[in-house]
Amino acid sequence: MENINTSDDIALSLSNIHFSYHSPLGEIKALENITFSLKKGEFLAIVGPSGCGKSTLLNIISGLLEPEIGKIAVFGTNSKTSSDASVIGYMLQHDHLFEWRTIYENVTLGLEIRHEFSEENKERVLQLLDNYGLSSFIHKRPSELSGGMKQRAALIRTLALNPQILLLDEPFSALDYQTRLMVSSDIGKIIRQSNKTAILVTHNLSEAISMADRVLVFSKRPSTIRKEFPIKLTITDDSLLAYRNAPEFQSYFNEIWEVLIHES
Amino acid sequence: MNPKKEVPAVLATEKKPSYLQEEYLKSCKKHKQMIQFLRVFILVQFLIVWELLSDFCIIDSFFFSSPSRMMKLFLDMCHDFEIFYHIGITLFETILSFFIVNVISILISILLLSSSKVSEIAEPYLVILNALPKSALAPLIIVWLGTGAKTIIVAGISVAIFGSIINLYSGFKQVDEEKIKLIYTLGGTKKDSIFKVIIPSSIPIILSNMKVNIGLSLVGVIIGEFLAARSGLGYLIIYGSQVFQLDLLILSIVLLCIIAMALYQSIQLTERLYLKK
Repeated sequence: MENINTSDDIALSLSNIHFSYHSPLGEIKALENITFSLKKGEFLAIVGPSGCGKSTLLNIISGLLEPEIGKIAVFGTNSKTSSDASVIGYMLQHDHLFEWRTIYENVTLGLEIRHEFSEENKERVLQLLDNYGLSSFIHKRPSELSGGMKQRAALIRTLALNPQILLLDEPFSALDYQTRLMVSSDIGKIIRQSNKTAILVTHNLSEAISMADRVLVFSKRPSTIRKEFPIKLTITDDSLLAYRNAPEFQSYFNEIWEVLIHES
Repeated sequence: MNPKKEVPAVLATEKKPSYLQEEYLKSCKKHKQMIQFLRVFILVQFLIVWELLSDFCIIDSFFFSSPSRMMKLFLDMCHDFEIFYHIGITLFETILSFFIVNVISILISILLLSSSKVSEIAEPYLVILNALPKSALAPLIIVWLGTGAKTIIVAGISVAIFGSIINLYSGFKQVDEEKIKLIYTLGGTKKDSIFKVIIPSSIPIILSNMKVNIGLSLVGVIIGEFLAARSGLGYLIIYGSQVFQLDLLILSIVLLCIIAMALYQSIQLTERLYLKK
């Protein structure tokens, strides 16, 4: 575990985060003593058993929930919550594009909500739509797009606010397998190229290994960090499956699987 | 990036239909026409039988009227536009109370949404007021507001409004929580979640609620006209029964049927236009 510090190259640091859910039936401890930090541009994946509180952690980092104990620092600024969506972008499991809006109106929803409809931001959105092959669909409705296109549009909606840190909560799990491979490869590339700091929560080990620089394995509830794996893959080309075909891929998979299997 | 490999859904449906598909579409059309024909046929049969029974004095046309007697009365009343005056009054009162019901119930549902405390407190009151037979309120409204259009419009509102609020509020509550979460992840507030997600995604619910409201507003207006009016179809029904002019009474009921259908259809049309868009 790295030490918590607020030096310049740290994008996000969490120290000693605890969280539990309360209901009349009792208390459920979700997270216990979660401490880690992320360097700028680092891509972290979190895997763990179902219901272990991975999504809860993203909700806390994004500021939707407040930790009961613990601190979060975003770019060195200490705060209990970090609700600034222009620093942190959050991409959910489903695209949730609204059918009553066109694709352009959907991807600019964040700008509209935050009243940040500047020429510069509009320009960036159009550029993103163009880069990700959606520029000819800006006046279409979401139902006219394929699943992969919708997920890319959802990513653009998140990127439109130009967040420095991206939180991805199972963003590919609603897609079919083939689309999932393509979109995760696309989005992995996009994030790497734009040098964004990112946290991906996933059930899919291959996805975690192929996309991330580091994988954290969470224990079952109450979640703690069971083990961390820095990932270094040697890739030879730029193809869709390049990361999955890397020679180190299988041994990472086996190692992480070993840890994970003891947790479920 | 492989945008070209994925076929957008809209392109996939633009193929020319096969022979079997065309046959299927034809049979659908035939079925629809058959249903339409039978609907009209039953109505025409009913009118013919009614007319013949009264013409041959099998039923007493004084009590049961007949299509021809009603037609004659209708044409007589057309001369001085009297019937249109009564129709107009009932329509005006119904449409006005319908609009007021919709506006107020949307506003109150938004208020209930914006505070869970308010909605929890209000719930039993709404349930009781909705279950109460609103005709029981009519005499009270007359005492308070006197006889006249105001009373009748309030009666129309009172019948529809509580059910409308309950329907809309529970419809609003059914909106996917994750969609609301999305608004918060983009930095939005509760107000954004109401106006950017909950209301736009509830337009179909608002429209189908309107179909219920228009019928109930008409019920309330007719109750009001029974008790406190000197004009309108409800008044004609009561007047017809008091002076034993059953042609007038039954004609008014038939006209009410037509009005109810026309009002319902106009909202249905709006709904279709919206869904097509």
